[in-house]
Amino acid sequence: MPREGILVHNPYERMTKEQVRQIHHASMQILTDPGLISFNRRAAEIFASNGAEVTPVSSGDHPTWLVKIPEKLVLHALDSAPRIVKLGARNPDNALILNGEEPRVYFVTGSETNIWLDVEFPTYVKKSDPKIEIQVPEFRPRRGTVADLCQSAHVCEHLETLDGYIRTVNIQDKDITEDNKDVNKFFASLNNTTKHVMSGLTSLSQLDNVVNMARIIAGGEEELKQNPIISFITCLVKSPLQFVEDTTDTFIEVCKRGLPVVVSSSPQAGTTAPMKEAGIMAQINAEVLAGITLGQLVNKGTPVLYGSVPVRARMDNLDDSYGAVETSQYNVDCSQMARYYKIPNYSTSGVCDPRTPGTQSSVERLFSDILVTLSGPQYLHCAYGLLECNSVFCLTQAVLDDAHFQMIKFFLRPARIDETEIAESLKQIREVVATPQKLYISYIRRAMRSRQISPPYPFEGDRETDDVFALAYKRMQELLARPVDHIDPATTARIFEEIPGLLRRQVDGLKTEG
Amino acid sequence: MSEEIIALLKENVIQGRKTIEDEGVDESLDGTPGVLELTQSAIEKGIPADEIIMHGLTAGMQIVGEKFATKEYFIPDMLASAEAVGRAMDILKPYLEASNVETRGKFMIVTVKGDIHDIGKNIVAILLKGAGYEVNDLGIDVATEKIVEAVREDKPEYLGLSALLTTTMVVMGEIIEALKENGLRDKVKVLIGGTAVSDEYADEIGADAYCEDGFQAIKKLDAFQAART
Ligand code: B12
Repeated sequence: MPREGILVHNPYERMTKEQVRQIHHASMQILTDPGLISFNRRAAEIFASNGAEVTPVSSGDHPTWLVKIPEKLVLHALDSAPRIVKLGARNPDNALILNGEEPRVYFVTGSETNIWLDVEFPTYVKKSDPKIEIQVPEFRPRRGTVADLCQSAHVCEHLETLDGYIRTVNIQDKDITEDNKDVNKFFASLNNTTKHVMSGLTSLSQLDNVVNMARIIAGGEEELKQNPIISFITCLVKSPLQFVEDTTDTFIEVCKRGLPVVVSSSPQAGTTAPMKEAGIMAQINAEVLAGITLGQLVNKGTPVLYGSVPVRARMDNLDDSYGAVETSQYNVDCSQMARYYKIPNYSTSGVCDPRTPGTQSSVERLFSDILVTLSGPQYLHCAYGLLECNSVFCLTQAVLDDAHFQMIKFFLRPARIDETEIAESLKQIREVVATPQKLYISYIRRAMRSRQISPPYPFEGDRETDDVFALAYKRMQELLARPVDHIDPATTARIFEEIPGLLRRQVDGLKTEG
Repeated sequence: MSEEIIALLKENVIQGRKTIEDEGVDESLDGTPGVLELTQSAIEKGIPADEIIMHGLTAGMQIVGEKFATKEYFIPDMLASAEAVGRAMDILKPYLEASNVETRGKFMIVTVKGDIHDIGKNIVAILLKGAGYEVNDLGIDVATEKIVEAVREDKPEYLGLSALLTTTMVVMGEIIEALKENGLRDKVKVLIGGTAVSDEYADEIGADAYCEDGFQAIKKLDAFQAART
């Protein structure tokens, strides 16, 4: 049995059917005029040999090609791309079934941040009344490590609403190099959660080591096919409209191996995409479709996700503004486009602009989490714990986010109104109205115990100060103390024997290095 | 046979089921007789009222209290049980004198003139009744003269006043004055409650106690009784 996620019954859509068609046609026009610049030779060759118009633009050290993709190729690709993509998991009960035609949402972490936020609770004394002391959370940013990644996977394993794990923090220990980073980040994730693990790849040279590791854990080549416990995310198209050299190679290789992969594009409205909705939508859609088309040309039928990470620019410093209202609008639109093509959608919400948890972060993340969930993307990278536009990760914030998603999931339960419910209610009303007190209280109990009543906010304090963060921190400690199912010792031994570059301390007890 | 009924009674109090139709905390007793039917058949079987109360109702309430203290039960559970016990007491009332059982006392409760809020007052009434008090609820928006009259006639040991509005809480002071004028003030302890009032306000108008909720009311009443004996 796969995980349930949450089925959105009437997904929220911003665009009319006509507007969807208009975006589609605009994207098709973009793919032939101006087309895409490819910095990747193989992509240019693959497109050329399949009937696209490919012309060299420049040669020398960095040769480039102009690729014009005809609509016919795109439509073929959309035909062959699977509508249902299975993302497996070490514990098969944690598998995810993404169906491009069904707005069932799975909630997932990510992305890879450089900074890990430690939390402390120093005591402050009130100047005018030194008897009064309060603990205020203090956040200390530092570079992320392997130990952090393990810790985060461990806590995420226990977060009820969380359906899959995208590595949350970039491992920057001294002994992590470009050559051993991928195997270590995948192992850290796989060993500490039994949920699906998705990640980007740092070095193509490591792809086979990573895939072999997954094969060993899954139990063999065929087993991995049936239960793809890992998947990849690639930003092969850089906005506007450029196939990147190295990531496109990675993408092609992943497609060849038939493992699920996200074709993700992250244009910024105002800088790398037009400022207005119609413009960024036409462009991101063209970019994602170009990637999907390439994938299907490499390996017909290979599982791909329509990946959208559109953002609006901040007006003050031209950074990404995930907190901007438009960012949610674009994500909702992308979800609608993906559904139009019947390809499962990887979408984005929950990232916020401020550096530390607090009021602004809560408002921004909840705002986008609710709205984007309502649009029914299948795989929502809703950024548990992420702050400052994807650069900072705070594990306690991830625990808080889990509580938000409990609320959202509860809200999305279908309305329970039918003959039986109505008959029962009428009976209750007649009974209670006839009593002297006229209270329905005794009927609360059964509903409460059968989880028909939403639970209270789990981090509500009972003092005049805001204790939410301290209570969430306590919860995080509890989750860390709760064991997780690690990879069994025999399999671990085999992995360490066969896969080069793994750090011993991943299994010998973790100490922070560097 | 009588032991079985008493045990079932206790179990139904714990489950907060009044009648055969009621839902309990879980499904285990669905469709079986509740506290009211069981009390009735216990009487028919000739089980003395004091035994029904002691081993059935009070014993059940005891466990409900424990479950509430350990947070297994919530206020709705407590209230459902209290309501079941309170209603059973109504049935038992005529038999009590015969078995020489005294109630814990008469508690008259009312929402004062000008105020129609009664959720809190009703909850307090249910809880006190379940705790063994004979509760007389005069209702809402009741004129001061009527309250004084009722105290004179019914002679309750306790008078509970509820007001939720800052504009109606002053009526509580007027009621206390009226009780004094009618020579009744020392015959009845006056407890006040409602969001508008407080300990300070109780002092100010010369009430005997302010109660934050029904549970506190039970505690304060216990303290009054302890002081009396
Ligand atoms: C529900 C409600 C209503 C309902 C009442 C339904 C009903 N059947 O009672 C309705 C909609 C009818 C209503 C009407 C009005 N309401 Co109103 N209402 C409330 C509300 C939201 C909740 C009250 C409640 O039931 N709480 C739940 C119960 C369980 O709590 P409780 O009543 O406090 O009781 C507990 C304790 O206080 C204590 N207790 C209470 N009484 C007693 C008595 C004794 C003896 C003891 C021992 C203990 C005790 O034990 C109880 C159990 O734990 C309050 C807000 C609030 N924070 O209280 C406003 C509130 C009381 N209402 C208010 C107002 C203004 C009104 C109206 C005037 C509005 C209008 N303009 O029409 C009218 C009043 C009309 C009138 N003449 O009374 C204001 C009062 C402000 C003020 N001036 O003081 C409040 C505070 C809301 C607000 N902030 O504006 N209201």
